[in-house]
Formats: sequence, C-alpha cells, structure tokens
Amino acid sequence: MAAQAIRLFRKMDGLFAVYKPQGVHWKHVRDSIESNLLKGTLNSCPPPAPQLAVQFQLLSSGENSSSSKDLALSPTMVPTLADHPLVTGPQFHKVHVGVGHRLDAFSSGVLVLGVGKGNGVVKVCYILYDYTLEGEFGKATDNFTDTGRVIEKTTYNHVTQDKLERVLAMIQGANQKALITYSQVDLRTQEAYELAVRGLLYPLGKSPPILMGLRCIHFNPPHFSLEVQCVNETQKYLRKLIHEVGLELRTCAVCSGVRRTRDGPFKVENALTRQYWTADSIIQAIAHFHKTTLGYLTNHSGKGTQDKY
Amino acid sequence: MHVCQRCVSLLLSRPLSAALQHSTRALHQRSHLTLLQHSTRHTLSQRHSRQTWRHFADHQAASPDVYNKIDLAQKEVVPLNSDVHRIDLDAAVHTSPLQEISEEEAVQIQVPYALPPESSTLRPYVDKSETLSKLVQLGVNLWKLEQRPNVGSMLVRLDFHADVAPSLLFLKDLGVEESKLGQLLTKNPFILTESLDNLEARVSYLKSKKFSKQSVAAMVSKAPYLLNFSVERLDNRLGFFQKQLGLSAEKARDIVTRLPKLLCGSLEPIKENLKVCELEFGFRGNEIQHIVTTVPKVLIANKRKLTQIFDFVHNTMDVPHSLVAKFPQVLNAKFLRIRERHLFLEYLGRAQYQPSQPNYISLDRLVFLPDDVFCSEVALATLEDFERFQKRL
Repeated sequence: MAAQAIRLFRKMDGLFAVYKPQGVHWKHVRDSIESNLLKGTLNSCPPPAPQLAVQFQLLSSGENSSSSKDLALSPTMVPTLADHPLVTGPQFHKVHVGVGHRLDAFSSGVLVLGVGKGNGVVKVCYILYDYTLEGEFGKATDNFTDTGRVIEKTTYNHVTQDKLERVLAMIQGANQKALITYSQVDLRTQEAYELAVRGLLYPLGKSPPILMGLRCIHFNPPHFSLEVQCVNETQKYLRKLIHEVGLELRTCAVCSGVRRTRDGPFKVENALTRQYWTADSIIQAIAHFHKTTLGYLTNHSGKGTQDKY
Repeated sequence: MHVCQRCVSLLLSRPLSAALQHSTRALHQRSHLTLLQHSTRHTLSQRHSRQTWRHFADHQAASPDVYNKIDLAQKEVVPLNSDVHRIDLDAAVHTSPLQEISEEEAVQIQVPYALPPESSTLRPYVDKSETLSKLVQLGVNLWKLEQRPNVGSMLVRLDFHADVAPSLLFLKDLGVEESKLGQLLTKNPFILTESLDNLEARVSYLKSKKFSKQSVAAMVSKAPYLLNFSVERLDNRLGFFQKQLGLSAEKARDIVTRLPKLLCGSLEPIKENLKVCELEFGFRGNEIQHIVTTVPKVLIANKRKLTQIFDFVHNTMDVPHSLVAKFPQVLNAKFLRIRERHLFLEYLGRAQYQPSQPNYISLDRLVFLPDDVFCSEVALATLEDFERFQKRL
C-alpha cells in the first residue's frame, strides 16, 4: 500500500555513515546503496490493489445477431491487467541519496550519506575531519601515491622521529597563523583570546585547507603515520602534505594511504562496512544518529563572535 | 446511447483484435480526414489537438473495410481547404443524433474502445490486446521491454494465433520449462519474430553436433539470443573453441553447455583474454586449457579486473602460476574480498598458501567461504575482529 511506503520514506530521512573501501569510486558506493534501499524496502511493499474494470458479458446463447430479442448483459468487475506489476514496473525508481563530503578513489574511510530530507542537513558548519595518513620515505612519484610512476629515489637513514616532529611542529605553526587570519578575529579582544585558548577558532567563509592538528602516531622508517585534523581539505592536498614533509626532511616521501576516521559526529566505529549495506541496517543507523546529529547541531551552532552561523 | 447513424454504418461489427493490427500513426491521419466529412464547423489544424481527438473518439476504429470506406468516402468529399461550404448541412443523409433508435440496435452497436494512437507505455493496450494479456500471464516483463526502442510497437502488432503461439509451442517442444518462458521472452522478444524454419534448422544443427536435448533446452534458457544466430555463426564459434583452445569435442560441448553466452557474443574479446592469459600472465597452454574448462567465465571476464586480481594474487600474495591454475575460481572472485581476507590473514600471521607448509590455506577456501565460516575456520578469529580490521584498511 502507498501508506506503508510513505511511512518507510519518512523513516529513511536522515544521515548515516558508511566505510568506503579503498579503490572504489564514491559514486559506486552511492549507487549501490540507493539500489539496495529500493530493492529492500520500497519495492517490496505490496503494490496498490489493481483497478477493477466493468466488463459486460452476454448471457444469451446465440451470437450478436439482430434477430435475437432477449439479450441479457451482466456486468462483472474484473481486475485490469494494466495495473499488473509486470506492466507498470516497480513503484519507486529513485531514492534521493546524497554524499556529504566526497572521498576520492584512492582514499578510504568514513563517508557520510544523506537520504531524503537528510540531504539538506549535510552542509553544517563546524565540521572537522580527522584523517590518518600513511607515508613511506625513500621515493617520489608523479601523483604522490605509492602506485604512481616513480620519479625520484632517495636515502632516508638520516631521518629520526625528533626531526620529523620538528617539521610537523613547523607546519602546524604556519597553519595556526593561517587559521587566525581566516577566522577573521582580532586577537586583541578578550573573547577572541578565550576562544583561541580553548581551540575553538574556525575559519569563516572560503579558506584554503587548514590543519588544526597534526601529530605523528607511528614512526618505523621507511613507514610512518600521521594524524591530521583539518578543514576545507581535499585528499590530494593531504597526499601533497606527506610529500612536503619528506621534502622538509631532505628526503622524499609518498603517501600509501589516506583514511578518514572522523567526519563531524560520525566516527569509524559507527560506519557501516560492506556487508551491512542493506536496507534494514541503514534504517537502524539513521534512527541511531537521528538524536546525535540533532544534538551536534544545537551544541555547535552560532558560537561567540562568529555570529554569521 | 444515441449515436449518429452514419457512424453506425461505418463501424458496424468489426472485431477489436483486427483493429489493433494497424499502424496507429496512419490511423491518426485518416481519422483527421474523416472528421472533415462529418463536421465542417470545426477548423482543424494539421496537428491534431487532444481535445478534438477525444471529442471524436468514436471515429477512431480502424479496419481494412473502414479504411476502404474512408478512402472511398474521401474521394467523394471535397478536399480540405477549398469549397467546404458546398456541403449541404441540411441534407437528409445526416440524421440527428437525438433521433431515437430501438434497444436492440443500441445494444448491437459495438463502440470501439478509445485506444490512444500513441503511447509511451503498453498499459493502455494490455487489456484489449490478446497477445499482450497472454504474455503478461506467461510472466513476460512488459515494462522492461517497452523501455527498449521499437519493441513495444512490435509486440502490439503481433497476432497471438499466427505468430506467438507457434513459437511458444516450439519452445515447449524443445524442452524449455514454462516457468522460464517469461524470462526468456523478456530477454529476447525477437524470438517470436524469427521464422520457425530458421529456428528448427539451428536446433537440428546443434543436435547434429551431438548436443543432447536437455542441454539444448538448458542453453536456450540460459542464453535467450542463441537461436537468433545463424547456423554459420554457431558453427564458426564452435570451431573456434575447439581449435584455439585445443579441446576435445566433448570438453568443448561441456563448456558451451555451461556457458552458452560464449556462442552469442563476439570472438574478439575472447581472443584478447586468451592473449592476456598467455602473454601477460604467462600461463602455459595446458594450464589455460584447465582454467577454461573449470571456469569458462574467464573467457568473457573483464580484462582489467582479471589483470587486477591476477596481479594481486601473484605479486602480493606470492602464489605461483601452478597454484592459480589449480584453483582458477580465484580469478572469478571479487577483488575487494580477496584483498581484505588476505590482509587479515597476513595481519594474523596465517597467510600460508604453499601446500607443502603447515597451516596451508587453499585459494578456493579463501575465496568461497562465507564471512562467518571464514572467520571461524580459516582465520580462527571472530567476525567482529574481521570487521574492525576492515575499518583499518
């Protein structure tokens, strides 16, 4: 019945997170989730009852000839074949599934998708993205990844964790200055100072990628991993960051993995892996996040001097 | 119902199924011209508007007699733009629509159903066409077929007793199950327009190549387009598989019975896949034969995906050629699945693919077991661990 399908549509409005595997284009993820939703729920609802049409059937024994005088017609209600599911096709062809912040094919990690009315909520301010970047010293390629064409090879024996952390601190300092500039606050005021102390500064309007936090979590030459919190970034920028870290250390580095671990309120633990991309799990995840996303929005909207939001 | 007498004379006693035989576009133009006979007050443009069509809906029925009648009538009638005023409106020929006629005459009037001349779906025609209703009852998915260009019009024009029924009986004699007929026709509606002589010639050719009756029926159900190809083409393909792969006649027959799509598609991608296996992967001739007889799908698989899987299995998992040839099912599996499972086993330290070593894991078990069985038996870990590991990739 249409009512059942409408109820399902309402249940599906919202956001949920999916773990995108590496090597898969985000569009394929979105398409497969849309078709799973259509298959699992909407098109499995029973279709509306077929319309009945009136057919007149002659009860007389003879054929339609002008000589017969007593023609008795009996009306019967017969379901029309025009409403048969094989003739009309599936009831629903499309569910509006949108991707919040795209991940390119080389990266993996948390990908937030919105269904129905959730699509309007996706663009919310104060969203921070957490990434784990894996790098490897010793070579440089044309597209900053380890699968590209190798351009340069260098030694890395001189690199120590101490030097790496010094370089990271320098990068973080530059980013802090950029953050203050782009957040358009005057640090001479008391409120701005307090925000800066608590780490609540956020860039206003358009800005280049800014790293709010950067640290090394693993160092095992030639491999190392960094944890990054950033805003307005692209994955290519993060791979270039690894390359620049290598350059600063007088060696070269390529990125062997970009993993998004957090997208606003959605963390890795809450993301659905491939075997859970079915309609039931998705509806459960949406219901689970319904309260949390609302809480996040009310807590983080319109703070302090940044009244624009 | 009061109907103009002239209309009654034109439309008397025509069966409706005949009415559906004709091109509805031509119908459109004829009805446009008949309107001029009957009403001079309405000035009609060349392009027929919907409102006027609906108003004159009872003029729509077409039949050979009616066409002829319309044609004859046209010759009497003065052409469109000139001398319209010469038709005498008060002529006794036109009886008033308010004139009463007897009940018997009224009941005998067959009002032709107002079928739309053009429609983007088959819905308006299904109830009225015997062909279409029987096809729906068989299980043919008309909605899918009408998406394809020109198939809808072709189906509407088919006559059930002349075209469709003999083909269906032929397929039933061949041994195709009734439940599969619907799917077959959904995939290949053109089997109904193929002449019975051709179909019988192709079936007899296949039987002469020693395909049993059941295998022919199974092949036709799996590859609905098979019988639309000429005997020369089928012969060419079968010859290719036997010569190029160096297989015996029986093995070639076995491959073709299991994957009849091989006979339908073009040979170029198959030749390319064989070259890839030989030159890029480096398999020997007998290994290729074994792979193809075990998993014929390798011949029509996507070249890029095949290369990706083989590259990972051979270079990253360090599995030698002989083992891959022994378990060719791994080439048919999903790349992401192989990758995740291998990395999980490597993380646990259980990635052992050499048969001579202890704790050996065969490639087919790696790939074919469902997730929970894989975790419990092969990896000796829980499903949650596997999921947590997947999120670290």
